[in-house]
Amino acid sequence: MLSRRSNHRNPQLNANGELIHLLSIDGLPAAVIQHILDTASTFLSVNDREVKKVPLLRGKSVFNLFFENSTRTRTTFEIAAKRLSADVLNLDIAKSSASKGERLLDTIASLSAMHADMFIVRHSESGAPYLIAQHCAPHVHVVNAGDGWHAHPTQGLLDMYTIRHYKRDFTQLTVAIVGDLLHSRVARSDIHALTTLGTPEVRAVGPKTLVPDSLRELGVRVCHDMAEGVKNADVIIMLRLQNERMSGGLLPSAGEFFMSFGLTPEKLALAKSDAIVMHPGPINRGVEIDSAVADGHQSVILPQVTFGIAVRMAVMSIIAGNEP
Amino acid sequence: MKILIANGRLIDPSSGLNQTGDLAIADDRIVGLATAPADFKPDHRIDASGCIVVPGLVDLAARLREPGHEYEGMLDSELKAAAAGGVTSLVCPPDTDPVLDEPGLVEMLKLRARKLSRCRLFPLGALTRQLCGETLTEMVELTAAGCVGFSQADRAIRDTQVLQRALQYAATFGYTVWIRPHDPWLGKGVAAKGAVAMRLGLSGVPVSAETVALHTLFELIRETGARVHLCRISSAAGVALVRSAKAERLPVTADVSINSLHLTDTDIGYFDSAMRLIPPLRQQRDRDALRAGLADATLDALVSDHTPVSADEKTLPFAEAEPGATGLELLLSLALKWGEDKNVGLERALAVITSEPARVLGTALGSLGSSAGRLAVGGVADVCVFDPGQRWAVDPSQLVSQGRHTPFAFESTNMELPGRVQHTLVAGHVAYSAGSTA
Repeated sequence: MLSRRSNHRNPQLNANGELIHLLSIDGLPAAVIQHILDTASTFLSVNDREVKKVPLLRGKSVFNLFFENSTRTRTTFEIAAKRLSADVLNLDIAKSSASKGERLLDTIASLSAMHADMFIVRHSESGAPYLIAQHCAPHVHVVNAGDGWHAHPTQGLLDMYTIRHYKRDFTQLTVAIVGDLLHSRVARSDIHALTTLGTPEVRAVGPKTLVPDSLRELGVRVCHDMAEGVKNADVIIMLRLQNERMSGGLLPSAGEFFMSFGLTPEKLALAKSDAIVMHPGPINRGVEIDSAVADGHQSVILPQVTFGIAVRMAVMSIIAGNEP
Repeated sequence: MKILIANGRLIDPSSGLNQTGDLAIADDRIVGLATAPADFKPDHRIDASGCIVVPGLVDLAARLREPGHEYEGMLDSELKAAAAGGVTSLVCPPDTDPVLDEPGLVEMLKLRARKLSRCRLFPLGALTRQLCGETLTEMVELTAAGCVGFSQADRAIRDTQVLQRALQYAATFGYTVWIRPHDPWLGKGVAAKGAVAMRLGLSGVPVSAETVALHTLFELIRETGARVHLCRISSAAGVALVRSAKAERLPVTADVSINSLHLTDTDIGYFDSAMRLIPPLRQQRDRDALRAGLADATLDALVSDHTPVSADEKTLPFAEAEPGATGLELLLSLALKWGEDKNVGLERALAVITSEPARVLGTALGSLGSSAGRLAVGGVADVCVFDPGQRWAVDPSQLVSQGRHTPFAFESTNMELPGRVQHTLVAGHVAYSAGSTA
């Protein structure tokens, strides 16, 4: 009914279509995604040098704003920013301001007054990085490091980097994403990236409580049977199962989940022989993935982590307008 | 005081009156309709040329935030907003702080509103104490204090036996119970279940949250005979259930909000917290069914669901933002807009905000029952004069209400709304005139 203007303009692109924030992969053109991946590959060699630094963000202040705890993601952003020669400040908001009742935008305003150039934001509520991007100073850039169930775009991009590295062409692939897709920001970002890059078949695999039919709206094929879901797949992305899913009637137990949807060598054998196995980490051995698979030769879980640093370097340098 | 509203087009949906003429008011009553009495000498003359003169609007859902926000002068500002919107009677839900579960609170609220004399106020009493869904309130005493019905606002009664008994008790005295049908467990999310909620990673409220509650209510209504007003129907399936309940002649009436009538979940865009509403905005087919349901009288009334929310409570991540939008000043225009879009005719568009909501209130209006929401000689002079030709751009900073959040701001919709209120009279007293700061 209403023809909306301001609220329907993608806030992560400026009027020239350039990326100024990274908030979600949803709505990013394929060319922008490919450009980020291409830029990341040039950074991969930096990580192998003896002096692992390039001066692209020298003199810039990057603030890690983690309203929700995550040592792992925060560390990879910190490493990436430091390799770009930025000054990095880690603010563990979960333990300070938020617990004192400070409003999100007040926190942002006071940090902006410290001349931040970039905020890396992790928040438990979907959409929080949008609110920050809409209210921070025009020169400040925002990277979404995970918001609620909504998006984890750098994880999605590093997953695409990994798939491209091993499989080259997205337009021939079958990708299975297995587990709790309903509550997964990683799954949403992966799905948007895969469909944008032309992946012909993306499967969402899990029980109906975690893989509802409404996921079809995102352009995936919904499978409630693990064997059918992984059959002839080129890529299997396992998601971490959060413990809190066992309450609220979503699942009876971790053990039963593993029995039905855990990735074992037998299930993996149904996929293509050269299929790769991915996981955003940290993994729950024996819950979503068998140790034999996690440590097996088809697992690319550790290379994902390495690629993640190069991808985050690429994202930060591109949105700051200082590309290599 | 004698007032002549001259040369306007008089429309009264309840009587079918639709002609150009004068409306004469003496003290608080209408004394002449179409033509003034021969000896009528007005003290004040309002030129209504080119305008439409209708009964003052009756809004069945407006939160005034009093008691609870007296220090902000909420009652004063929100009743001014009502008058600016042409609303002369409004029903407010009991979810104030403290809750309207004591006769003294209701009397105080009515007294304060009467002193301001801008709009008639009809409070709903709490159906259960503190709205906790456990103990019944003193409904007879609350009615004596001025309550026109009993409601849980947005807090569902979890214990079905308490709900059944509340309906039985209310039915004993013929009181109407106002319920927004929603199952509290299924209804825990912040956006309608569907593609938008899935894409944005927002927790979804399925349609079954509404339909399960409706089925339960209809069973209990069959059993108890209680009269129930169903508030804020939001889904196509909900409209269909109300239609069949009415076909069965169950004693039910229903309303829809201006938000659900005009918007869908896609309007959430990139987490626009102006769209954080209860009930959540649903999909296009739901909105189409609501528009059709209001046209064919399955839904009786259109309500503003006015809920002023402070900027601090809205500039938060979507799920944390306080639900609600301002609406009193938009009700007339959005009824007219629906009328234009659906081609239902001006009379039906006006009926759903005047005579129809008055009919929902029925005998609870007491002595006003025969004339509120109507234009009748001898009836109360509650009148709205509006200019149908004037289209206006909603600028939230120019609204009278303290609530500055609306999904209909021109800045985001790029859409002008039809119809602008020029004068509002309550009991023969000018409560609002455009361009003056009355």
